[in-house]
Formats: sequence, C-alpha cells, structure tokens
Amino acid sequence: MSGGFLDQIFVSTKHWLLSLLVGAPEWMTQIASSLLSISATLGVFLALFALMSLLERKILARIQNRLGPNRVGPFGLFQPVADGIKMLIKEDIVPARADKVVHFLAPIMVAAPTILALGVIPYGRNMTPFAIDGGILFFFAVGSATELAVFMAGWGSNNKFSMLGAMRAIAQMVSYELPLIVSVLPVVMIVGSLSPDAIVDAQSGYSLNVIPHWFVTTPWGAASFLLFFIAGLVESNRTPFDVPEGESEIVAGHMTEYSGFKYATFFLAEYFGMFAISGLAVTLFLGGWHAPFAFLQFIPSWIWFFAKLGVLLFVFIWIRGTLPRMRVDHVMNFAWKFMLPMAFACVIAAAVWHYQARHLAGWLWSAAIVAVVYFTLSRLLETRKRFAPRTYRFAE
Amino acid sequence: MNIAAFIVIAIVTLSGALAAALLPRLIHAALWLVVTFFGIAAFYFLLGAEFVGLVQVFVYVGAVAVLIVFTILLTRRDADKDHAFHWSGAVVAVAVFAALVWTILRTPGLSVAASPVEALTVRRIGEVLMTDYVWPLQCIGLVLTAALLGALVLVMEEKR
Repeated sequence: MSGGFLDQIFVSTKHWLLSLLVGAPEWMTQIASSLLSISATLGVFLALFALMSLLERKILARIQNRLGPNRVGPFGLFQPVADGIKMLIKEDIVPARADKVVHFLAPIMVAAPTILALGVIPYGRNMTPFAIDGGILFFFAVGSATELAVFMAGWGSNNKFSMLGAMRAIAQMVSYELPLIVSVLPVVMIVGSLSPDAIVDAQSGYSLNVIPHWFVTTPWGAASFLLFFIAGLVESNRTPFDVPEGESEIVAGHMTEYSGFKYATFFLAEYFGMFAISGLAVTLFLGGWHAPFAFLQFIPSWIWFFAKLGVLLFVFIWIRGTLPRMRVDHVMNFAWKFMLPMAFACVIAAAVWHYQARHLAGWLWSAAIVAVVYFTLSRLLETRKRFAPRTYRFAE
Repeated sequence: MNIAAFIVIAIVTLSGALAAALLPRLIHAALWLVVTFFGIAAFYFLLGAEFVGLVQVFVYVGAVAVLIVFTILLTRRDADKDHAFHWSGAVVAVAVFAALVWTILRTPGLSVAASPVEALTVRRIGEVLMTDYVWPLQCIGLVLTAALLGALVLVMEEKR
C-alpha cells in the first residue's frame, strides 16, 4: 500500500491548495508553496511543543510518584494554554544595565536555528519541507549558529551568572559538536549522500521480511546512534548535561535575566532543538518513515515517523527523571576522552562493514572493532580513585 | 528576481561590514561581522554554490565568530576605551586592499555567457579532495592538528 491515499494525504492537500492558484504567476505559486510548508511545520511542532511540555510534567510526576498537573481541563490537558497565557501577561523585565538590543535579539536568535533545522527532516514519503542536497550539512550549519545566540543572551544580560552559564553552554556545545558530527559520518559514508531523503531511501527493505535495513541494526550503527543520542542530549542542554542552567550553582545560566515571553522563547528553543535532534536521529539511524516490519507498511509513513519521534522524546524525559546532573568538568572529559575516539572507531567499523560486502562477516568484524575500542577506552580511562577523600584545588 | 535579491543581500552585507568597522564596542562589531558572514553565505547560495555557502555558515558563524568573541572577552579589558587612530591598522588595511585590487585586476574577466560548467555537487568536491588535492588536504590537517596540540600545551602549563 505504498503511496496510498492516507499516506499522501498532506501532500495531495498541498497540491490541491496550490491548484487553486493556477492562474497566478510562477513566483506567487512558489511563495505560496513555501508558506504552506512553513506554516504546516510550525503548526505541527508548536502543537507538539504544547503537548510535550504537559507530557514531560506528567511523566516526571509519575516517576516521582506524584500526580502532576490535573486541574485545567481533563487530565490537565489545557495546562499548556494556561501556561501560555501566564507567560504572555507576565511582566517583561529588562535589566537597567543590560545591552537592550542584544538582550532582546538573543531569544529570537536561539529559536530561529532550531526552527530552520526542522525544515530538512523527511516527515514521511515526499514530505520534506525543504529538500536540498546538503540537508545534513544544512542542519549542522544552522545549528552552529546557536552558540553565538547563547553568547548574546549571556553577554547582553550583563550579569555574572548569565555570562558563566553562557560560557558553560558554549564550551559544552563546542565540545560535543565534534562527536555529534563524527557519529553522523558513518551513515553519510555508507549512503554516499548528504541528503536526508537519500539516507531514508537507503534504509528501505527488509531481510527475511522481518529485520528492517535500518542502520541501527548494524554494530557501527547502534554505537553511532548511542553516541549521537548522548551528544544530542548535550546539545539540547537536557539532563544529565544541563550544567549551563544548573540552578544550584548559577541560578538559570544564560536565562537568568529573562522573564515572561522571552523566557518562554528559550523554553521553546530547547524543545524544538530536542525535536530536531530526535528527528535527525530517526532519519539517520531508525529508518526515517519506514515501517519496522514489512507487513506493517499499510500504516501511513508519517505515523511511523512521529511514533519513532515520540519514543525518542519519551527517552529524553525518562533520562531526565532518572539521572542526576553531571559535574561540569566530567562532561568535558567525557566528550574528548571517550565520545570522540568512539565516534572515530564507528567510522572505521562502518568502512570495514562496507568492504566485507555488508554481510555477516562484516557485521562480526565491525562489532569486534567497536567492542575492542570500547573496552580499551574503559580500561585506559579508569582512574581508580573510588571513595577517596575529596581534594579541592581552588578552595581549602 | 536575482537582481533584486543581489541588491538586498549586498546592502545587508555591506552595512554589516560598515557597522563592524565603525562601531565603538568590540562585541557589537563582532556581532555585526556575523551579519556579514551570513550575507556572504547568501551570495554563495545565489550563485548556486550550496556546499560552499553551508560551509561558510558552518565555519565562519559557528567557529570563527565564536573564536573572535572569546578573544575579545579574554584580552584587554580597556579595549573599549581606546579610540585613538592607529597608523599600523591603516597600513595593514591599505596593504590588504591593494593586494585584493591587484589580484582582481589581474584576473581575466569572465564573459557573462560563460560556457556551462559542470554542476559542483558535494560528491564531486569529495572525489577531487580525495584524488587531486589529497596532499594539500593532508597538509592542512597536519597544520590544524599542530594548532590544536599547541593550544592544549598552552593550557596544560597551568597544572604543573
């Protein structure tokens, strides 16, 4: 049932809407087409943002044996609406000594790249809002602009806590950008293309009609997926890597001086960043919009994409409810000493898998490479400093 | 459409560059420089060089701009107060400008109706980098690794 009516319902709706403009000049059709894609993407993800902010609180509440928001509407479903109204009517405080323009622009600059990054992800068959050749590169190029925006927030607020938080956030983002991108390299190498659509196409088909050809089913793919997910956790500043906003140490990091709707914009950027990273993880490793089993292909492709996205987002929340915050120097050490060598090992393992004709031999060889590097690194990085009395370098 | 886009991007890029050169606060200048970087990336897109445009954003906005901002923060505190005219700066600027003009004038002009060139795809760039230009690529890799190690050594000093 590939390409069925339900599968293509959004694509055909867009074509139908554009056919209403049939007499108009070409540039008008182009602009209308872009606007349709943009508003659809924004609408879906804003709705998902509202839902996610509620679900996160609900799931965290369940983990902590509480009830969570349950007053507004059935099961607290209208809580996001109430929160939105509250954020809108709150007073917008700008510090007197802040750099007004930079302070104002920072939340916009934080949110814009994450929205742009959502554009290149294929949400279903023929459903990529912005299909370009270098889609993966585009994703990381716009993502790299976030660091500067965080700096603007920290510096523009003219506050020590803000600046410290921004510095932590930038250090962390710069360090983890490397493993994040290197863990994508194996997929790009194997597919031979930077286009997300080509990567999803390369993962179609099933072995023995059961095992999907997703990259996560190969040893190098599974390892890169884990590395990518951890680096993604850091890039979106989520627990256990949320040291930039560690409230026990530096109030709220670069968001300290923000209130009202500007704070909500930072919140939105964090969630959109989470959606973008999870969406890319689904595209790269979990087969994009392909069904997990051949006999389930009758279910529309976009349902599969959002189901996988939902699972990853749940894992994000689950981790937040389970793990305590890491110390800031441990976060950095982990990036340079463990994540980066592992990511390079995945590149080599993927090459071996490819040159062993992608069969069982290659599967075993690449698994061996990943395992050997993993155990060597764990042996090398073992500090043997368990339960020793604490030593302080800068305070007595 | 292309001409209009060119004019808009040119105005944005040039005003960004002017602001970067004229604003008194260094951080503001650095942030305006980022606008210029984006403008140049937009030009690459306009010319159909998608890959170069993306790498421009990736390298210049993601890395170089952050580096500039950090450099400003970690160096002299009183840099903001120093507005005197510096001859050395003027000499360097004139020298760079002269070198650029000289190179541009020496370049044979391209006729507008140039012969259609092969589309520069990412795949083609990768192939050329791995065959014809493999030695320059390796040399740059070595230089960058040396720079990284040098930075590490500078930081390690403190721990001894």
